[in-house]
Order: sequence, then C-alpha cells, then structure tokens
Amino acid sequence: MNTLTTDSTVPAEDEVAAPVLLSPLALTWRKFKRHRIAYVSLYIVGLIYLMAIFGEFLTTSDIHETSTRRAFAPPMGIHLFAPDEDGSSRFQLHAKGLKLEVDKVAMRRVFAVDEEKIIPLGFFVKGYEYKVLGLFSTNRHFFGPVNPRDTVYFMGADRLGRDIMSRIIIGTRVSMSIGLVGVIVSLVIGVTLGGISGFFGGWVDNLIQRLIEFIRSIPTIPLWMGLAAAIPLDWPPLKTYFVVTLIVSMIGWTSLAREVRGKFLSLRHEDFIIAARLDGLSDMEVIRKHMVPSFSSHIIASLTLAVPLMILAETSLSFLGVGLQPPVVSWGTLLKEAQNVRTIIEAPWLLIAPATMIVTAVLALNFLGDGLRDAADPHAH
Amino acid sequence: MQPTPMPIDNSAPAISQSEGPPLLEISGLKTQFFTDDGVVKAVNGVDLNIHSNRTLCVLGESGCGKSILARSILRIVDAPGRITDGSIVYRSADGRTVDLAAVRPGSRELRSVRGDDIAMIFQEPMSSLGPITRIGKQITETILLHRNISKAEARETAIELLDKVGIPKPAERFNAYPFELSGGMRQRAMIAMALSCRPRLLIADEPTTALDVTTQAQILDLIDELKEELEMGVMLITHDLGVVAEVAEDVAVMYMGKVVEKSDVYSIFENPQHPYTRALLDSVPRIGVTRRERLPAIRGMVPHPLATPSGCSFRTRCDSYMPSICDRQEPALVQHGETQVACFLHSRESIHD
Amino acid sequence: MMGFCLRRIMYMIPTLFLVSIVTFVIIQLPPGDYLDSLAADMGESGSDNTAVVETLRQQYGLGQPMYVQYYKWMKGILLHGNFGISFEKNVLVTDLIWDRLGWTFGISMLTLLFIWITALPIGIYSAVRKYSFGDYTATFFGFIGLAVPNFLLALLMMYVSFKYFGQSVGGLVSPEYIGEPWSQAKFINLLQHIWMPIVVVGTSGAAALIRIMRANLLDELYRPYVATARAKGMSEFQLLMKYPVRVALNPFISTIGWILPSLVSGEIIVAVVMNLPTTGPLLLRALLVQDMYLAGSLILIVSLLTVIGTLISDLLLAWIDPRIRYQ
Ligand SMILES: Nc1ncnc2c1ncn2[C@@H]1O[C@H](COP(=O)(O)OP(=O)(O)OP(=O)(O)O)[C@@H](O)[C@H]1O
Ligand code: SF4
Ligand SMILES: [Mg+2]
Repeated sequence: MNTLTTDSTVPAEDEVAAPVLLSPLALTWRKFKRHRIAYVSLYIVGLIYLMAIFGEFLTTSDIHETSTRRAFAPPMGIHLFAPDEDGSSRFQLHAKGLKLEVDKVAMRRVFAVDEEKIIPLGFFVKGYEYKVLGLFSTNRHFFGPVNPRDTVYFMGADRLGRDIMSRIIIGTRVSMSIGLVGVIVSLVIGVTLGGISGFFGGWVDNLIQRLIEFIRSIPTIPLWMGLAAAIPLDWPPLKTYFVVTLIVSMIGWTSLAREVRGKFLSLRHEDFIIAARLDGLSDMEVIRKHMVPSFSSHIIASLTLAVPLMILAETSLSFLGVGLQPPVVSWGTLLKEAQNVRTIIEAPWLLIAPATMIVTAVLALNFLGDGLRDAADPHAH
Repeated sequence: MQPTPMPIDNSAPAISQSEGPPLLEISGLKTQFFTDDGVVKAVNGVDLNIHSNRTLCVLGESGCGKSILARSILRIVDAPGRITDGSIVYRSADGRTVDLAAVRPGSRELRSVRGDDIAMIFQEPMSSLGPITRIGKQITETILLHRNISKAEARETAIELLDKVGIPKPAERFNAYPFELSGGMRQRAMIAMALSCRPRLLIADEPTTALDVTTQAQILDLIDELKEELEMGVMLITHDLGVVAEVAEDVAVMYMGKVVEKSDVYSIFENPQHPYTRALLDSVPRIGVTRRERLPAIRGMVPHPLATPSGCSFRTRCDSYMPSICDRQEPALVQHGETQVACFLHSRESIHD
Repeated sequence: MMGFCLRRIMYMIPTLFLVSIVTFVIIQLPPGDYLDSLAADMGESGSDNTAVVETLRQQYGLGQPMYVQYYKWMKGILLHGNFGISFEKNVLVTDLIWDRLGWTFGISMLTLLFIWITALPIGIYSAVRKYSFGDYTATFFGFIGLAVPNFLLALLMMYVSFKYFGQSVGGLVSPEYIGEPWSQAKFINLLQHIWMPIVVVGTSGAAALIRIMRANLLDELYRPYVATARAKGMSEFQLLMKYPVRVALNPFISTIGWILPSLVSGEIIVAVVMNLPTTGPLLLRALLVQDMYLAGSLILIVSLLTVIGTLISDLLLAWIDPRIRYQ
C-alpha cells in the first residue's frame, strides 16, 4: 500500500508525471508484449516464415527424389552414441538404416531397423544442389547424413519413398505464402470497399453492405469447390497458385471491410478528423494521414486472424483435389496422400506430421492475432 | 503528549430523539477492493445506525464510498471487493437480529432479507433495469419471490404501485420494456420495484440525480410519504445539500471511506463541526446571499484511493491542518454537543474543556 | 412482428436471385461441357449418337448464350421443379439429390444442436468462473478446436477409432445395413455412426461460440441490472439465467446466421473423408466430371437452405430481443 510519508508539510497536490505521447501502434506494441502466449507465438510464426524462405537449407533430401525401395519407410530416430569396432561406444550422431523383412503372418513386407547399418549425421553437411532465394547455388544443408549418398527419413516416407520432412518444409512456402498473399488481396479489397462504405455512407454504403451480407450468407465451400474445380488441370502451377490464392482471399475481405467501415463511421465524427477537414485536407489526405494510422493496430490484428483461415481453406481445397495439384507441394497436397483410413493405418506419419505442422502454424497465428486484438482494443485490460 | 481522542460508545443515544433499538446497526465496517494495483479501502471503518421512520442522509463527494457502503449492507459488492471487517446487524420485525456481514453470500437467510426487508433504489436508472424484460415482470418477480400470492394478485399490486409512484396509465406501462420509458419513468419504476414488498428499510442511492427538478421533488416527496406510511427507515445517499435540507432527519458526512461527522440535520446546517462539512456547506449557493461571488470549491483534489494520506485523511485539503498532530494519528469520532465528529480540533477541545 | 417477418422475407428474394446467378456462372466457367466429352467418348467407342447429343443440346439450350441457358434452367426449376439432368448418370437431378440433401441438412441441424448444447453451458461457466481451471481448459480446447480443420479432425478420429477401438468407420451405417429397410437395429447402428461427423463438424463452431458466449456474458455480468436482480433476493442461478444470460444470448443467436453456412461447408468436406451418403461426395464428383446441372443444383439448394436458416435465426433474434422487433 502506498501511504504518503509522514512529513509535516502538506503534500503537493497531484504529481503526475507528464504522460509520454506514444503513437497508437507503439502503445499497442507495449500492451502486446505483456501477452505471454501471443508474444511466444510471434516468434513461432517468425520461425515458420523463415522456414518457408530458407526451406531447402533445412531439408535432408530433394523433395522430388523417389525411391521405390523406401516406399512408406517409417520415421527414423536420431541416436547419440554409436558402438565402436572395439565394443566401446563413442559420441556420434547417427540414424539406423532400415532393412526389409517379410512378415510371415501378414504375408507382406515390413521395415525393420538394421542395427548394423549406422548412418552418421552432422550439421552443415553436403547434399543436393539448390538455390538460396533463387540467387546463388549451394549444396550445404543444416542437418543430415554426412555421406550425401545416404538418405534419412526423420518423419517417414510417402508412397513413392519421398522424405516427408523435407516435403513439409518445402510445403510451408506455398501454404504460408498463400495465407500472406491472400491476406494482402483481402486487405486491398476489404480496406477499399470498407473505406468507401464507411467514408461516404449513403447508398454506396448500403450497396456494399448488402454485397457483404450476401457473401457471408452462402456456404462458401461448395462455391469455392465450384470455382476451384473450374481451374483447368493443365494450367501451369504458378497460374493455379494465383487463382487458388484469389479464391481463398474471397473469405477474408468481408469481415475486414466491416471492421474498417465501423471504424470509419465512428471516426468520422471524432474531433480531430473534423479539425483536419476544416484545415482543408482532401478526403484522401484525411484518410491517409489521420484515419488509417488511428486504426492500423486493429487492421493488423484482423489480418493476422485471417491468415490461418486462408491457410485452412487452401489445405481443404487441395486436400479435396480441387485446389493446388501435385507436383506442387503444399500442406494440403501432402495431406491428400493421407486420404483414406487404410493408408493412415499403414503409415500414420503421412497424417500426423503435416497435421502437427498445420495445427502449430494455425494455433500460433490465432494466438498472435488474439493478442494483437486485445492489445489494440483500448477497453481491454 | 499527543491528545488522545476519546472513543465514544456507539450505543449511547448519540443521535437522539429515536425511540427503541435501531433498525440497522453498522459498526466498524470495512469494505475493500483487492485490485492488481493495490487494496482500495472504499469503506474504511464506518459506524452508523438507521432507525425506523427516520431518514438518514449520507453526504459526500464522488468516490467517498457512499454507494459501496450501501451495497455492503445488501452484500452486493462485486468482486474484487469484499467486506473485510465489521458487522451489519439488522433487527427484523419480530425482534430477532442477524449480522448481514457474517451470513453466507448466497444463503437463503440473506436472500429473504434482500428485496423484502431491505430494498434498494440504484444510482443509474438507465441501466439498473433488465433491458429486455418487461417492467411489470420485473416488479411482480420481486413480489412473487417473497409473498405467497397468485400471479394475478401480484400483477394487481404492481399496477397499484406503478400508479402510486406517478406513472400514468400504469396498466399499459406494466407491459412496457425499459427502453420504451424515459429516464424519470424508469426511475419511478425502479422505486415501485423497491417498494413492492413494503420494505422496512429503503436504501436510495442518489435516486434523483438523473431527473429534472420537478420530477426530483415529486420523487423525494413520494419517498417521504411512503416513509411515514410504512414506517420505513430510509438511507438516502446524495451529494445535493438541498435534498438533505428537505428530507433528512439525520445526516452522516463521509470522506474517503469514513464518516467524519454525523448529527441531526439542524446541527449540521447550523453548526457544522468538521472542516470538511464546513467546506461542503460553503460550496453551495445560499438563498439570501445576494452577492455574486464565485463559490469557493473545496481546495485541492480527493487523493487517489490507493494513496491515502497518513493520519487524518482530509489533511491534504484542510484549512485548519495542524502539522505534527493531524498527520500522526487518525482522529476518531467523538461526541461534541449534538454531533459526533472526527477531527483533532474537537478531540483536543473536548479534552481541554 | 408480422411486418418484420415480411420485410425480412422480402430481403431474401434478391439474395436468392444473386445466388442462382453466381451458381450458374460458376458451373459454366470450365471451358466445354459434359456433352463435349460425352461425344468424344462415343466417338472413341465407335457408336455414333450425334443425334442424341444434339437433342440434349437443344433441350438445354447448350451452345446458346449464357442468359438463354440460365433462363431455361430457371424456368424448369420454378415452373416444373425440374433441376435438369445429370449427364453422367443420365437421370433427373431431382432423383439424385433429395435423399442426400436430407442427410446433409439433418446432420447440419444436429450439429447445430450439438454446438448449442456444448457451447452454451461451457460459455456460461467460463464467464462466471473466469480464470478458473475449467475456464482455462475450455479456452485451451477452444483454440485447438479452431486450429484443427474439419477434415483433419475427421481423419484423426477415424484413425484413433480404428486403431484403438477397432471400429470400422465411415458411412452412416455399417455396410451390412446399407439398402436394408429401417429397423430398430439399423437405427441403433446409425446412432453409433452419426455422432462422429456431428462432433467433427461441430467442434470448431462450438469452440468459436464458447468464446463468443464467454465474452458476451462477461460484458453483461457486472452491469447494474444484475445487482438490481440480486438485491431483489433472487438466487444466483435464477438471476443469472433470467437477466445477463438472456441478454448475452442475443448476439449468440445472431451468430447462427454465419455458423450455418460454415456447418454445411464443413459437412461437405467431412462427408468426402468419411464417405457419408450426403451431398459432399456427390458434389465433388459432379464438379470433377463437369456434370454441371447436378453440381449447380446442389450448390443452389444448399445455399437456399442456408439463406432460409439465416432468416430463421434473424426471426428468432427478433423474438428474443424486443429492441430489434420495435425498430
Ligand atoms: N470495482 C471496483 N474496483 C476498485 N475500486 C472500486 C470499485 N468500485 C468502487 N471502487 C472504489 O471505491 C470507492 C468508493 O466508490 P463509490 O462508488 O462508493 O463512490 P460514491 O461515493 O458512491 O461516489 P458517487 O457519488 O460518484 O456515486 C472509489 O474510490 C472507487 O475507486
Ligand atoms: S484532523 Fe486536522 S487535518 Fe483533519 S480535518 Fe481536523 S483539522 Fe483538518
Ligand atoms: Mg455512488
């Protein structure tokens, strides 16, 4: 408890420190940092995007490299100590090779760990050639088998013997970027329409509101499915990618437009906006200089919350086979490999590994968005 | 030697002229809010008695703890606040007493007192009625809760009450929603609701602040009338001295969670003892004073509730502040003539006398 | 109230008109049509059925401008209840879809019920016991529920139930009951299957609604009118239900409007994964082979029913909240 000191003079009246003027964005940031889970999520999201950018560096093998002998190979563990020739053990990161055995009961081939075959692992090893950011070539990889001719499957292999872990890492690029690009598209549509709606009001507002209501009141999946199915299968992957992104961004913009409109409506009557108008600023200048900064924290929060929605949408469409098509690798196309129960029972890692990745990314983005929204809300404590 | 304040026996006929034991006896009541930033001592050791057929006005600046005191009586202080000390002894019609501060929060005992024996009119008429429930239903609900009568009878009683509090066309208004009524009408409905079980004690927390002068006068008259009729004890919270002059029999002045002066209404107006009471009285325009002076507002600001001054809590604003006396100890309430007052000016006098 | 209903129903008409146009445009988007591929197939197999193809083309106005085709399709629907023909299966669309639509909506409605039954009490609990262990648990599962896409949850549950409970999954009844007449045993079997799609489709919606209900109720819980009710002597449970919960319910109900479309969407995906006899697999197949009248009709009817659902939620809202009714 603060009690005033017992000195004999009448204490001065209020000694409030002069408030430091912080921009809304800086204030939001300060509040945001107190939100633990959201703050941690920010780092996780950052790491995932780094992974999307420098994916090849983290992979252990080329994602298109098939190996029939390794079809449905189970995940390999990483071991620390390897036995020496003389029987003692020494520190050596390694994985153990796999050998094929015939299960006499089930009458089929199964993989068994080959205790004899040791695959030494190391950091910054040589592997397949790739280009960093499309600029320069290298064959260094963060972690993997020391001998480039060895292959390891930390998360198992798929039907064609391709390494799941490498595919998930590379798939991050497509899936996370669809979220980001989709959000930018929704941002442009949403802010433009929402801004027009809120700033001008009247019949324009009415029309746009009806449009938004319309889009929100129809079930979206069948419509996207229709739209996505209309993409010809022989289109180049890049074109398909952009169309899918466009379709996916159709979800996000409506809520964003509503939010921007609401903000505009309430801001229209704020004193500082009226003052700016009286100063002779044009509509555009008022919007750009005064209105946008005053609610950018809100927009950032809404955008963050829209990213996971789009990621999930892409995943769903690709999973159904109407979105991105192989050989494009995204989390959705990876899950397509796990479409029936029989496969999942045989090779659960086909489901579990990409699923973990999706859930982690979406969870982190949701926590992040939630934290940002709380921080941006002036009424929340 | 420091002058020692003389604590007085509360059961003594401090506020005179009232026969019989008090209806409600509050002693040493403390209600505190345990916030993240610290403990707010909203009610900090209050002693008060309320008698049947008398009106006690509780007076004080905004934030001094009047509403929290009232809510403490009914045990409806919201978390993080709770009563930490003291007792609130209510004497029911059959003479039994119950300490409201000690009963279990949701207990039947407490609930049977609420709304039936002790009723409350709340400060905010606009938001104190359930927004999507018909007025009539909100009133009959209270009656049906405490009386064993049929719905039709409850309805009749409710319409009568609405009529009594001056709501025109009460049978129609019975089916109205709060948003269909004006502020004054809502406040009347609120009063009808509070009176629906003919309470023995009515707590009215600034029942007229939201209203225009005419309506205000009507409502105060109404409360006064009903007081006589039902022999109710009334605790009226206000910071309007005009209201006090009109309806009060007893007055308690609060500052920062404490009662600093209490007396009958004449003594307060004729002979205020506490510097705070004097300052309050000085800040009000008086009839007969023709000179157009600026009214002296009370100097300074109420300290932050988390930074209560040591010693006398009024010392930061007091004109009669005495260094090394007033900041050493808290002055206790002492009897001074007709009045009880908590100020070292008087505890010293009473010792020196 | 009557006026309000009528006004709302009038609003629906332009929406439905728009839906029908959007649907039609979407099914017309892919270049070519099913008859082209049919003709190609026939050409390969040697049989010459150009006459049949030509008759069909005439009948549906294929090859004519899009608005003519739209007009013919709409006319058939509005005047004769004829949604056109499924080219692939060579039967009327109406013969194919009603059963499946019934299941889709049955499951969606049950899911809505499931969402309400879980979200309402949990949301109330979370608000009343804010920051309690139970509240944290609910919040945690809420976030997980929002983060796991429907089809993924379906796959995971199928995997778990097969691996650990040895239960064959997929479908709404076990294979031996398919095509059998309804009996008590079949009904019980249905119940054993149907809970899974309901839980799968409902989880994310329930998670969202729990959060909404919690936030709404927290907004109301400390309002003055709650203190008034308490001061009347009502019991905590009574006053909670009669006052703040009733008020908080209002935005809660309006959310049905958006939850229903998402339930139908979710059901369609989950049906593909779980192989349910609902619209999902039929629609997916129709879209992939460009069986356009079938696909279009399905999208149209599903949207129509959703719009009606939204309407019902609006009316319900007006019924509960007098403030909306009197506007
Ligand atoms: N929920 C709360 N949390 C923390 N402190 C509170 C809370 N409610 C009230 N207080 C504190 O209790 C003190 C007394 O408040 P109270 O509402 O009783 O004042 P009041 O005398 O009724 O004022 P007014 O004339 O404005 O109604 C205030 O200082 C306030 O800061
Ligand atoms: S005790 Fe001292 S400071 Fe307090 S009111 Fe009396 S004179 Fe003023
Ligand atoms: Mg008050």
